[in-house]
Amino acid sequence: MRKAAEQVPLKAAPHGGPALPPDQAGAVQAALDAHRDAAGALLPVLHAVQDALGYVPEAAVPVIAHDLNQSRAEVHGMLSFYHYFRTRPSGRHIVYLCRAEACQSMGARELEAQVKQRLGIDFHETTADGEFTLEPVYCLGNCACAPSVMVDKTLHGRVDAERFDALLVETAEAAK
Amino acid sequence: MTTTIYVSRDASALAVGADRVVRSLAEHAARTGADIRVVRNGSRGMFWLEPLVEVATPAGRIAYGPVQPNDVVTLFAAGFMQGAAHALRLGKVEDIAYFGKQERLTFARVGITDPVSLDDYRAHGGLAGLGKALDMAPADIVKRVTDSGLRGRGGAAFPAGIKWNTALGAQSTQKYIVCNADEGDSGTFSDRMLMEGDPFVLIEGMIIAGLAVGATQGYIYLRCEYPHAHEALQSTIATAYANQVLGGDILGSGKRFDLDVRLGAGAYICGEETSLLDSLEGKRGQVRAKPPLPAIKGLFGQPTIINNVITLASVPIILDKGAEYYRDFGMGRSRGTLPLQLAGNIRHGGLVEKAFGLTLRELLYDYGGGSATGRPIRAVQVGGPLGAYLPESQFDTPIDYEAFAAIKGMLGHGGIVAFDNTVDMAQQARFAMEFCAIESCGKCTPCRIGSTRGVEVIDRIVANHSRAMNTTLLRDLCDTMVNGSLCALGGLTPYPVLSALEHFPEDFSKEPALPQSAFGGG
Repeated sequence: MRKAAEQVPLKAAPHGGPALPPDQAGAVQAALDAHRDAAGALLPVLHAVQDALGYVPEAAVPVIAHDLNQSRAEVHGMLSFYHYFRTRPSGRHIVYLCRAEACQSMGARELEAQVKQRLGIDFHETTADGEFTLEPVYCLGNCACAPSVMVDKTLHGRVDAERFDALLVETAEAAK
Repeated sequence: MTTTIYVSRDASALAVGADRVVRSLAEHAARTGADIRVVRNGSRGMFWLEPLVEVATPAGRIAYGPVQPNDVVTLFAAGFMQGAAHALRLGKVEDIAYFGKQERLTFARVGITDPVSLDDYRAHGGLAGLGKALDMAPADIVKRVTDSGLRGRGGAAFPAGIKWNTALGAQSTQKYIVCNADEGDSGTFSDRMLMEGDPFVLIEGMIIAGLAVGATQGYIYLRCEYPHAHEALQSTIATAYANQVLGGDILGSGKRFDLDVRLGAGAYICGEETSLLDSLEGKRGQVRAKPPLPAIKGLFGQPTIINNVITLASVPIILDKGAEYYRDFGMGRSRGTLPLQLAGNIRHGGLVEKAFGLTLRELLYDYGGGSATGRPIRAVQVGGPLGAYLPESQFDTPIDYEAFAAIKGMLGHGGIVAFDNTVDMAQQARFAMEFCAIESCGKCTPCRIGSTRGVEVIDRIVANHSRAMNTTLLRDLCDTMVNGSLCALGGLTPYPVLSALEHFPEDFSKEPALPQSAFGGG
């Protein structure tokens, strides 16, 4: 009994859970093809998957683990350790709000409250219209022009509540 | 005749609108037929003047700033292409005291050259250090770095030459050079500015390190919060390969060095060198116990030099101009220069590279011009989120590793964050613990759990819930964290907490004592 299961090597069991939809499977495969031979491949593979899909789907975990001959726990452990990786889709735009000391000295605590109120969400949440996800970040290296906000990959300095409102409008318009 | 105009590509310049200014310049030039060439340089590091526009004239580079897109029309009308007068005209860049008084060794080219042009790099002295290193024995390269007195600029200030010598002596078929570009400390941006403003100097420094210890593979571990630095590094590494600076035949010498950039993923702890190595290996970034030292058993178990961006980028000038040249700057055991970063609530925020020895007060007032809000500066955090909060009475401390250690402070990576007198230091102490709880790798109990307990205890002190007892408890907890943590995160988080408590006790006792009945009448 259960002979088939016993024959599966411990570290390579891409079974169980929902299968990846074909387009996602293609992106995961491309990420693996591009980075599998790199030393310490798991980190660049996860980046490539998130770059392509916006997140790393749970269903990609066994596929990546099997391909790199690592355990699912190792892949899951990476995803849960690093703040940047996400396992669920974000909104169309990600707003990274700096919470670190240099920004605090220029009013980031007040800005944080205003941003949360303006978007109607807390950190790690997405607005109901699916437009913005709010994430905390600890330093964007723009400490002489604080407070700092990064929207997707665009950095903004000296942001106050008024400027933040304008950014939301600019971001939505630029995406149209 | 074509007029060359410089507008920075530095992330902080972009964050305040440099791209919009460039678009406006291009549009106006196209409309009026003005013959201009825009070079996207690094930043001069005077961020209150960004976006800074410089025009190359026979009299030198004339600066205008801060320029907004709608200033462009009046700039052209005033004749700024000839360096003419305008309300925003600042004169020659070198004549601006903030810039002119600096001693720029590591940042010699930043803000001057086109960062992605190898020709520009060579024309401004680039690759001279590498050229000399290629003719030297490995031990001689290490000796020159040792003699220069260069210490690790990432924060720990460990002598670079001693680290290199250990790696040189280690026997292995594969050694690595790893650049720690996980610049996570709030108030620091010198690594970012250098990688965006002169990436070739970092590449050159890493190649020299490889030649010094016999390493053929390098990795730059870059934080993912720095997309502009990532672009600059990728572009210059490709150029370096195409021109035999990197690869199997460095400048025609037949020697090899390969270089790769790896992105981190938002974990502050990966700035700690052993966590960084685990992360590079594709694992959770958890701290390793030392020994073994990374120089003996580092990346993938092989001898590895791991140095900060500024440390490695300071090597080319030491090789080129000699150990004595570099060592003659500075004071005591702090030799050379330190690129300091003025940040937070400061009027003239930016980068100041100076020899060690000037005081914190000179930086805050002579360079920084006081607070941005115009209020008195009440507290300064030096050395990132793990550095102590210093009161006004300590502002005369010289910028020197030992002088800062003597006041239980830390110079760290040279970040200086100013706070005005509206700051609540109890909240800053609480944030230090909160940050440690968020970023702890989880390996050591005092850091992983102590930080969360620390937040709670500070909340009780502030709420005046058994204040005296909880203050004793907080000191005890800090003692446990200092002595019971493997790395600097758990070990140094108590410094901002205790310094806030020490120097600003009044902020912890604003709340009057609650009546006993408030605790449930027990």
